[in-house]
Amino acid sequence: MPAQGTVRVLLFARYAEIAGRDHVTLSVTLPTTVREVIRRLREELPGARALPEHPLTAVNLKQAKLDSPLHDGDEVALLPPLAGG
Amino acid sequence: MPFLTRNPISIDLLLREVAAPECGGTCVFLGTVRAGPDEGGVMAIEYSAYESMVEAEIERILADVCERWPHARAVLRHRLGTIPVGEASIAIVAAAPHRADAFEICRYLIEAVKQRLPIWKKESRVDGSTIWVDPAGRAAAAGPR
Repeated sequence: MPAQGTVRVLLFARYAEIAGRDHVTLSVTLPTTVREVIRRLREELPGARALPEHPLTAVNLKQAKLDSPLHDGDEVALLPPLAGG
Repeated sequence: MPFLTRNPISIDLLLREVAAPECGGTCVFLGTVRAGPDEGGVMAIEYSAYESMVEAEIERILADVCERWPHARAVLRHRLGTIPVGEASIAIVAAAPHRADAFEICRYLIEAVKQRLPIWKKESRVDGSTIWVDPAGRAAAAGPR
């Protein structure tokens, strides 16, 4: 039987404005990936369809690829184009 | 000290942090909020960040600097919140035994900040509009007025 888990998704800056919120907690079936979480977010969260399909992302405070695997309790962040300095 | 601050940046404090008898060259880089003639009347920029990731990533960046320039010292601060035109959003201070390394470290650090740190800026303009800015300095999308 597939394992269930929870991931916390953080949205920042313009992405938070688009989605109308800065975080969401998703129940997921493991194994899963960053790409799958973004797909679900865009489908299930009102307004989130306008988020890009392939944004820059981070998992647990480090930049991550879309095919990175996720584990129960991971923190996934969707990062708009970086603009520090 | 944390890399991020919501207060004006004290250059004197940063200079004191890197000062060392063995360092004969010190470079200071300041990034300031700009209102150029083609930028639609910028009054201020509001900076926000994924703060916990920024602090983790800056530690990794400074570890890279330590490894590459073991005899140098570097410190930097980035300001968050609303910063008016002319004030510094970032300050980098690098001290090394010789000037070439101090210049190079400053350049290395500002490029790393721009490429690796999750920080965002939203311009406030004289007409009351706000605009997210992308890394190349172009407007990304109009925000709510």
